[in-house]
Amino acid sequence: MATDRTQIEKLIDGTLPWSELRDDVLPDPKDTERFETTIEVLQERVDWDDRILVPLNDHLFVVAGEDGRRVKAECGHELCDAESNWKLECRIRVREDQDETAELYPELMTPDTAWTFQIREFFCPGCYALLDVEAVPAGYPILQKFEPDIDTFYEEWLGEPVPDGG
Amino acid sequence: MSSEHPERAAETDTDYDRVDPPIGWDGKTLQEMLDESERHLEETDRYYGLDRLEMKAENPFDYERMFARLRGALVNARETALHISASAIVREIGELAFQLYTPEGDCIATSTGIIVHVHTGSLAVKYMIENGYEHGRTIQPGDVFCNNDNDIGNVHTTDVHTIVPIFHDGELIAWADGVTHEVDIGGATRGHDQVSSTSRYEDGLYATCEKIGEDDEVYQDWKDRAQRGTRTPMFWDLDEKCRLAGCHMIRDALTEMVEEVGTDTYKQFAREAIEEGRQTLESRVQERLFPGTYRDASFMPAPFEEEGWNPVSKKNMLNHLPVEMEVDAEGGLELDMTGASPPGPHPYNCAEGSMQGGLWVSLTQCLLHDGKVNDGSYFAVDANFPDGSVVNPQDPDYSYHTSWGSIMPTYQAVWKNISRGFFARGFREEVNTGYSESGDTIQGGGFREATGEYFAIAPFDLSCQGMGASAVRDGLDYAYTMWNPETDMGDIEEWELLEQGAPFLSRHIKPNTAGHGKYRGGSGWETLRVIDESFDVSAYKHVRPGVTNSTSGMHGGYPQAANYSVRVHDTDLDERFEEADYPVSDRLPGDLDEQVDGDVVRTERGVYFPTTFENYDLMYYHMGGGPGYGDPLDRPIEALVEDLEDEVYTPDVVERVYGVVGELDEADREFTVDEEATEQRREAIREERERESRSVESFVAEERERLQDGDLSYPVRWMYSGVFDRDSEWVEAFREFWDLPEDFEIEVE
Repeated sequence: MATDRTQIEKLIDGTLPWSELRDDVLPDPKDTERFETTIEVLQERVDWDDRILVPLNDHLFVVAGEDGRRVKAECGHELCDAESNWKLECRIRVREDQDETAELYPELMTPDTAWTFQIREFFCPGCYALLDVEAVPAGYPILQKFEPDIDTFYEEWLGEPVPDGG
Repeated sequence: MSSEHPERAAETDTDYDRVDPPIGWDGKTLQEMLDESERHLEETDRYYGLDRLEMKAENPFDYERMFARLRGALVNARETALHISASAIVREIGELAFQLYTPEGDCIATSTGIIVHVHTGSLAVKYMIENGYEHGRTIQPGDVFCNNDNDIGNVHTTDVHTIVPIFHDGELIAWADGVTHEVDIGGATRGHDQVSSTSRYEDGLYATCEKIGEDDEVYQDWKDRAQRGTRTPMFWDLDEKCRLAGCHMIRDALTEMVEEVGTDTYKQFAREAIEEGRQTLESRVQERLFPGTYRDASFMPAPFEEEGWNPVSKKNMLNHLPVEMEVDAEGGLELDMTGASPPGPHPYNCAEGSMQGGLWVSLTQCLLHDGKVNDGSYFAVDANFPDGSVVNPQDPDYSYHTSWGSIMPTYQAVWKNISRGFFARGFREEVNTGYSESGDTIQGGGFREATGEYFAIAPFDLSCQGMGASAVRDGLDYAYTMWNPETDMGDIEEWELLEQGAPFLSRHIKPNTAGHGKYRGGSGWETLRVIDESFDVSAYKHVRPGVTNSTSGMHGGYPQAANYSVRVHDTDLDERFEEADYPVSDRLPGDLDEQVDGDVVRTERGVYFPTTFENYDLMYYHMGGGPGYGDPLDRPIEALVEDLEDEVYTPDVVERVYGVVGELDEADREFTVDEEATEQRREAIREERERESRSVESFVAEERERLQDGDLSYPVRWMYSGVFDRDSEWVEAFREFWDLPEDFEIEVE
């Protein structure tokens, strides 16, 4: 069963009506070609030619670049190779003091500053899109939250070579 | 052989033949069955070594009909039993569940409800087997067992299981297990999820896989012990009858089915159903996730320095709940909590079985929607809850009263990990950033002036929290809780029947609770209550997290707002009520102070310990929002207009975070966008991001220096120190990340 391509486009845009989401997209069994269709739609929307291998978030992808597999932002900025923690290549803003956290939520509804807790915002160095937010105690390592096993996915799960020419 | 208790048998209309070991299938003891099951799993990775689901393949309709019949019997038992007899918590929001287990204790099917117990009953049955109940205490038709010992197989002390063996032709063919959440379980303080407990000895009434009845009748001495050991004996009695009635309904339904299909067919079905559960999870993983490694971490604050009663707990503590998951090439799922904090002098310690239960609660809501959840999925996941950690203390001495304080934050991290997999595969609709953790709002009780009778305060409208956003829509507003996704808020009138001395003054949307993002988290709500015509009232508040966040948002979304506490004593409401003039809200923190004269006690903590309340004192609590998804600047302006008009956010917050500027007509709830100012503000936010951010490299260098200077709060040092003491693998990775010397330590006095 394949979900209608226009529905997937709307799903990505966040414009799919609830009735279609409920009736066509949420129920089992799921669309068996969802990954391929999603990649097609995303690929058409970016302004560069590198083949998207894995979508990481709304603005970030693992792509097959000229120098191998890279983490690349929608705006075209390349952050690092696919195996590395892309967050280490971001711009960061840390909110820890009351005046910084109070911009987000009212007083008493933010972490107590006496607990040295941080809201870390990670921005794309190219376009300053907000790529991730961490809420962690001071001194906490910046986790690499997802390391996709691209070879296994394409070769063993999809049964095809990784489309990166490599 | 006839019953040894003919007079009781006559009373209860039972006539059971006594059985002697072996009571398992085909002449085996239960221990032999358990050993065989474990051996097959060890050798083949498959339940009973089943390579092929023969019945499912050859007689699919019969197979599915049997599963549907059993599942239906369990759901029917739940829906019916709660109307036969049950306390308000059980009846109103369905805080109960029924499970069916194989003789060796593996779950075949479960009802709806608090399905966190899929595996806890399993562990209790295995405990009885491994401790020789079959031979010593004996397991007889008509027996009734009870367990709420967390270290063996339970989530928290206040969940009580009734377990009934089901026999057919002299063989034990299954176990039925019914579990309900009690309003009160005894213990150091009133309430069902206690905050002050620091060890088992303050937790209350415990039954350790105890035989509490025979010939379908509960022993009088057990009834007396429970009646005298809890503060709400009537509710205890109602719930015990509910559990027992449900188990007997399941027994009848299973017996009828086995007589119809034959014992051998049932036995084959039971094992195939579990193996199918195992295979289903693996295939779902391959269908919807992405192979690779996923990491996240949650944090659980225990702000007890000022509140704690016991000297050992009078400190601020922060629990570390890291989750690394691996999806392998075969669709296997591994979950590893290496680096979790040690157990401590707080009620948030959590047994391994409860952590497993949290996994099933989560998986049934994201990977296994079709109801075929059983211990097959347990066998499909390789989970490591490290021995001796807060998520598997392996020590009954700790308090486990509020183990949800570890389960709920942990599964925020699990859901995010799984959601990253969904997103990578294009299943954006399945992404869920998490949820608001319920905590336990107000708990306690008091006595009515008119009757002198005790009333409990245990509102379970806490089951309506804000849900996390997905990658295609906002989170559900004030209508979700992770531990019982079918719950609703319950009618105020119903809660007031139970909690007669603490009527509600209001329920109201709580603005600014929803986590920010392209898709925002679901909103929370608030309520205000007053003490009325009562005496000797004490209550405590237990909502998490307050002083920190426990989780983040996803893909640029923010964590939801934190919680806080406010209560008012010695108020001026005595005179004002006659004029129907009373406060209704703390809509924005501090609003309440303007509406009442009295002693306002307000703190950042979501928690206060048992406190005395007098008539006309006010109790306030609010439920949180869910985490957000995506960059807030990607949120459409029209969605923000709706948020403002619905009071999800206030204009100042929307202007600062989302950059939408305009005028709100409070009376008509209409917001008019100032398009030019909005454009300018959004541009200014982008410029602020550029101006106020820096390279991660410089942040890391500065943070390293801070670590070496020890410039961390006590609870954060307490967290690192606990992990440093017990987990060299995590500590090694920590030192490596920060490029710290091998002898770097974090200590706390």
